[in-house]
Amino acid sequence: MSFLELNDLRVHFPTDDGLVKSVDGLTFKLERGKTLGIVGESGSGKSVTSLAILGLHKGGRAMISGEIWLDGEELVSASAEHVRTLRGKKMAMIFQDPLSAMHPYYTVGAQIVEAYRIHHHVSKAVARKHAIDMLGRVGIPQPERRIDSYPHEFSGGMRQRAMIAMALSCDPELLIADEPTTALDVTVQAQILDLMRDLQQEFNSALIIITHDLGVVAELSDDILVMYGGKCIEYGTAEDIFERPEHPYTWGLLGSMPRLDRARTERLMPIKGTPPSLINVPSGCAFHPRCAFEGRTGGKANTQVPELLETEGGHLVRCHLPREERRAIWENEIKPNLESV
Amino acid sequence: MVTYIIRRLIWGVVMLAIVSMTTFAIFFLVPRLAGATSDSLAARYVGRTANAEQVKIAAERLGFNDPLIVQYGRFAKGIVVGADYNYGPGVERCPAPCLGYSFLTRLPVWPDLLTRLPVTISLALGAAVIWLIAGVATGVVSALRRGSFFDRASMSIALAGVSLPIFFTGIVSLVLFSYGRPFAITAPGGSFTPFFTNPVQWAYSLLLPWITLAFLYAAGYARLTRSGMLETMNEDYIRTARAKGLTERVVVFKHGLRGALTPILTIFGLDLGLLMGGAVLTESTFSLPGIGKYAIDAITSQDLPKVMGVVLVTAFFVVLANLVVDLLYAVVDPRVRLT
Amino acid sequence: MSESPEPLLSVQGLEKHFPITKGLIKRQVGAVKAVDGLSFDVVKGETLGLVGESGCGKTTTGRLITRLLEPTGGKVVFEGRDITHMSQGALRPLRRDMQMIFQDPYSSLNPRHTVGAIVGAPFRIQGVKTEHGTKKAVQDILELVGLNPEHYNRYPHEFSGGQRQRIGIARTLALKPKLIIADEPVSALDVSIQAQVVNLLEDLQNELDLTYVVIAHDLSVVRHISDRVAVMYLGKIVEIADRQALYEAPMHPYTTALLSAVPVPDVKRRTERERIRLQGDVPSPLNPPSACRFHTRCWKAQEICKTVEPPLAELATGHQVACHFPENAPKDAVPGDAGTAVPA
Ligand SMILES: Nc1ncnc2c1ncn2[C@@H]1O[C@H](COP(=O)(O)OP(=O)(O)O)[C@@H](O)[C@H]1O
Ligand SMILES: Nc1ncnc2c1ncn2[C@@H]1O[C@H](COP(=O)(O)OP(=O)(O)O)[C@@H](O)[C@H]1O
Ligand code: SF4
Ligand code: SF4
Ligand SMILES: [Mg+2]
Ligand SMILES: [Mg+2]
Repeated sequence: MSFLELNDLRVHFPTDDGLVKSVDGLTFKLERGKTLGIVGESGSGKSVTSLAILGLHKGGRAMISGEIWLDGEELVSASAEHVRTLRGKKMAMIFQDPLSAMHPYYTVGAQIVEAYRIHHHVSKAVARKHAIDMLGRVGIPQPERRIDSYPHEFSGGMRQRAMIAMALSCDPELLIADEPTTALDVTVQAQILDLMRDLQQEFNSALIIITHDLGVVAELSDDILVMYGGKCIEYGTAEDIFERPEHPYTWGLLGSMPRLDRARTERLMPIKGTPPSLINVPSGCAFHPRCAFEGRTGGKANTQVPELLETEGGHLVRCHLPREERRAIWENEIKPNLESV
Repeated sequence: MVTYIIRRLIWGVVMLAIVSMTTFAIFFLVPRLAGATSDSLAARYVGRTANAEQVKIAAERLGFNDPLIVQYGRFAKGIVVGADYNYGPGVERCPAPCLGYSFLTRLPVWPDLLTRLPVTISLALGAAVIWLIAGVATGVVSALRRGSFFDRASMSIALAGVSLPIFFTGIVSLVLFSYGRPFAITAPGGSFTPFFTNPVQWAYSLLLPWITLAFLYAAGYARLTRSGMLETMNEDYIRTARAKGLTERVVVFKHGLRGALTPILTIFGLDLGLLMGGAVLTESTFSLPGIGKYAIDAITSQDLPKVMGVVLVTAFFVVLANLVVDLLYAVVDPRVRLT
Repeated sequence: MSESPEPLLSVQGLEKHFPITKGLIKRQVGAVKAVDGLSFDVVKGETLGLVGESGCGKTTTGRLITRLLEPTGGKVVFEGRDITHMSQGALRPLRRDMQMIFQDPYSSLNPRHTVGAIVGAPFRIQGVKTEHGTKKAVQDILELVGLNPEHYNRYPHEFSGGQRQRIGIARTLALKPKLIIADEPVSALDVSIQAQVVNLLEDLQNELDLTYVVIAHDLSVVRHISDRVAVMYLGKIVEIADRQALYEAPMHPYTTALLSAVPVPDVKRRTERERIRLQGDVPSPLNPPSACRFHTRCWKAQEICKTVEPPLAELATGHQVACHFPENAPKDAVPGDAGTAVPA
């Protein structure tokens, strides 16, 4: 069994407007020392997934089913109290906006010390030394002085470093970073991505990086999971996803992105329409109202939900198109356009 | 931080000056603009029984014929160093702070107020403790169990609390809880006993007014705390606190309540400041000899200087409370210290 | 520098210093030099991209050009007329020709007004009469930006983020402006929607002969959409050039670093890419570093960079750079050579 395994995870929220199927049957595995990138547009269920792994939906109105295995322990059926003791220690999380994610009234140091002392019975002085040490390790200059600063006194990049220090303070084996660089400038984003890469190697933890930016996942991930409408629609190694993607949505994402590493294309190839509401997910293939190839699936697209099937060597695709046809479309219709001058 | 304190202090003094000017304007200027002559003004000060001649003399002595600036100067000077009132037969001394001199009782107002202040302060502070604890606790529980029976019941009661007039709840509580009544919680006698005379008796005598007054405020605070808590518990930093593995108790009290209480602090300061100027209705309902009662009596007997004194004292407490709140805010919210 | 005799928009030495006050009497103790001496021209029909990290003064520049802010120095010349200190009244007719698109499609539309009212507002404010009535005109514009004209009576909250941005664009197009300043028009949108809006902006430009100044922090979007690109750092332009020259042979070290920091979705080359990593964050514009403002983070910095400010000099045709030690510079080019008559 892998270090982390999700098995048909479902997270549904009953609301006044109807049932929100935020995560609807998610399955994946992740080993220690490996990085999984989860990409998808906003509202595709990425954050809900990460909060579910941490057990943060427990006690709320969410309806959760399926299994989450962390290091041989099943967490969906585990008690809220037990999962709490794992949180922060065995698994930790880094959030998108470090300014709002840190308490404005407590110093950065106090917040790290707090995180450390819940899981370690040490004196305040020892915890403080540890916090200074952690701040130094994430590259904050003069940590013994900056530890007593408040979050608002830090720059955006420094705050995200402090957030990372806090998440890593108990040496977690699983680290989830939800849009860790979205609020940052590119030069600072590059620093933070470097830092995360280095720290992951040092700590040998499993890392899940969640983002809508394909460039960011490409920088860090071993494997990539593409989410759409609460489901995984394509899963594979980074090479699978970027070199031989087989799902029309993945093609759409690649075609929507202007790329600096290629010659400039005359025109972007957007996906038509807008992401679906998770209350009224389109019937059949959730992507069919926006899919350019919907007509080629013989009327199955809006009636039958396609299964997530292996196409080759662990590369999974959820699409009715036959494998050969997908590959032909990629090679002949999509790839040339992405590279045109 | 130091400049912040100094700036707030200076601002407080400026506010007091503005308050004194406004009070002056209300009691001296506005009647003038409304057409009152110096004589008719003076008539209000010497009472209805005086004849025209007496009024004229009073107007002259009170300086109502002087230019306004001079009058305000005298008024302000009285507050700072005291004033003398030439009363014909002799000179009456009104020592600083001279907030007014009653021509009906021939006594300065301030010493009167001073004897009544303990009653009002006792009433206000005691009620404040009760409403703060009850209101915040109810609000927190309501927020955490949003939509539950407790939430809906307490919020309905709170709505009643903020909308019912105090003489209604006051009378109801008198009927139900005072000595000799079915649910008596007060001692016989019931009139105010100073704290230093007998603390137990003091608390006993104030229990009912406290509860009545606190009920009114607790209702508002419960609603405020509830909405504040609902908001903070949705903040990102609460999610972070949970992600660290903190117990829910620590999340709620250390992280949630801390954020939610800060805005309440401001309102609490203002409420308390205003109450120091007398809880008029509560004091009248329970016949407590506090500043509110004093104000009512002054108004009924048309003793303007007394009313003016009460206004000045209330204003002083409001300004003071504001100052304290601002300073506390800087302690509570580190982001404020920047300015 | 531009060949055409009269640029549509000309910005000369533009400055905006926001005063900082302190102490008991709110004494002015300094100024945020948000924009500090910008000069550039925009020719009719072109798109100028303005890039830089947050806080470098892009939004302020946009608001200065459209005179939503009053400059504290320099000049803004639109169609040959100096509008730098023109009164709001005198500006009003010019507002028809110059419009701004805002970043946030959620807060920039009044939630209580229908789409018809929002897009039709410019007609009413400017008192413009249209041939078949305002409603028809508005519906035509809605159609143009790819919205359903029948949604005329709907409210903003009934639309998605991308659709709202289209409404924002429709509003600016109402009076057929000549110049559109778009401040981060796509940054709040999802990737797939971003591409739709970028394409829409390009189509509209071709159809309506628009001139754009596009402000963005995303270097790939800017490359896609711009003909020329200006890179800003702490209130100053450090490099301005044609798109191709800037992206293929950047001369300013900051531009180089920015480009190298952009993560690219190319897994094959991720290990072999040469990276330049800048240290630290952008310094505060309240106390910008002396002389070359980039010297605190520049890996090529020498003593001279701290003492002598490099002027924005034209080192190749149409390629201006403010650096003492530019990269990719032609051999005979002399940085800061007085011979190139460029205001620094
Ligand atoms: N507590 C909740 N109650 C109801 N709906 C929710 C809740 N949390 C998230 N959702 C919905 O679930 C969907 C997925 O959200 P999220 O995982 O945050 O998306 P993202 O991929 O952008 O991170 C959204 O449509 C969101 O509105
Ligand atoms: N009204 C203002 N008062 C004071 N400082 C301001 C004001 N507006 C912007 N600034 C400052 O000017 C600088 C540039 O801001 P802005 O133009 O918004 O940058 P950008 O759009 O490039 O992120 C920032 O440091 C910002 O804090
Ligand atoms: S199943 Fe059909 S509609 Fe869905 S992605 Fe594949 S081709 Fe498109
Ligand atoms: S002038 Fe000096 S510090 Fe500035 S960019 Fe050029 S080399 Fe770097
Ligand atoms: Mg999210
Ligand atoms: Mg901006």
